[in-house]
Amino acid sequence: MMISCQPLARLIEAFSKLPGIGPKSAQRLAYYLLHRPGEEAEALAEAILALKEKIGLCSICFNITDCDPCPICQDKERDHSKICVVERPSDIPPLERTGKYKGVYHVLHGAVSPAQGIGPEELKTRGLLSRLQDGSVTEVILATNPNLEGETTAMYLRRMILPLGVRITRLARGLPFGADLEYADDATLGQALEDRREF
Amino acid sequence: MGTPRSYQTQAIIIKQTKLGEADKILTIYTPEFGKLKAVAKGACRPGSKLGGNVEPLTHSLMMLARGRNLDIVTQSQTIDGFLALKSDLWGMSCGLYLLELIDSFTVENNGNPPLFALLLDTLRRLCQTDSSEIVLRYFELHFLHYLGYRPQLHQCVICNSPLRPVVNSFSFSQGGILCPHCSEKEPESHPLSVDSLKILRLWQDCDYATAKRVKMKSELSSQLRQAMQGYIKYLLQREVKSIAWLEELRGS
Ligand SMILES: [Zn+2]
Ligand SMILES: [Zn+2]
Repeated sequence: MMISCQPLARLIEAFSKLPGIGPKSAQRLAYYLLHRPGEEAEALAEAILALKEKIGLCSICFNITDCDPCPICQDKERDHSKICVVERPSDIPPLERTGKYKGVYHVLHGAVSPAQGIGPEELKTRGLLSRLQDGSVTEVILATNPNLEGETTAMYLRRMILPLGVRITRLARGLPFGADLEYADDATLGQALEDRREF
Repeated sequence: MGTPRSYQTQAIIIKQTKLGEADKILTIYTPEFGKLKAVAKGACRPGSKLGGNVEPLTHSLMMLARGRNLDIVTQSQTIDGFLALKSDLWGMSCGLYLLELIDSFTVENNGNPPLFALLLDTLRRLCQTDSSEIVLRYFELHFLHYLGYRPQLHQCVICNSPLRPVVNSFSFSQGGILCPHCSEKEPESHPLSVDSLKILRLWQDCDYATAKRVKMKSELSSQLRQAMQGYIKYLLQREVKSIAWLEELRGS
């Protein structure tokens, strides 16, 4: 269908660039907004603008934030001698929800991926190493994903951090709850066996 | 007789990309069909039976069902997860380099059983304590052979004269060695010492057990690496991205 109306066509095109939204859904969203009150459209537009204007990266941990340093880095109650290293900002909320971690974070914004040409220079690795220089940090928890890229990243960071004498730990890799031993892959099962604990 | 609706194959998983919330598209290398893309449904869900069995750098036995566009992985059983490789930064990086070469040079649906066997053997060798330099060079030489890019190492590729034990050169564009005389006319060629040429010739024709007995100093080793990787880059007409990563690890 040809959309002859310019503003509508522009909005449909913008929507269809969003992940998971095809041309059909883009059209539906645009027509929906067309029939909503003006304030609703304004609120949406304002929220999108605020996202780009007010949100930046924390200069310490590189998490996304609307103030610098971010609330976690500013929090005096937290244990600043422990840094948990994650790939993405979206990895922090699930760790926070566990309520078991009181240290601070460092966001790499990706993982090493040799075949895609993503090396440590493309990530926030240098910022991490500089946080470890003054000796105030005693433990680095590597919480990169348990897949090839995450594992490569963790092994690389380990190599860089080891000479600094900081304790390095890695999240345990075990069987997910509800998993079936029979179908567990070798890597997971082997790791679960190695990391077994008193019961 | 129509084509069967499902089939079983060995596969080495080359890479995976997420498809929507729960699925993954796998790129796999198989003996009979060469490179294939297939969908692993639900592989991102915790507790999925496919889950960790479809990680790259895994040798699996797979059941696939014919799909309208892409075939669908219905079962995957790990034969070898190359765990010794994955627990070592250098080993894993060498493995990723092999996968990038396979992915870059092969096309879909073009079976090459000897190449599959070579890849599998090479991944196993990287799990041993053998010199990774020899493992990789041996792979590169035979990989190129199976793809039809076997370099001519025995006589000058321009004038056909037998090569003498002097510094000759490797011409990437001519796909082989040039005598000193012809080298002058080909400024783009890569000088190759007498020892380097000797080793390349040996590796090109011997089995791996013989190849791995070669002892070499690091200078010779890096000469061989530059020659082979230069040729590979020339053939590909672009950089092999994992090479930069291997260089970075060598330096740090
Ligand atoms: Zn922060
Ligand atoms: Zn000649």
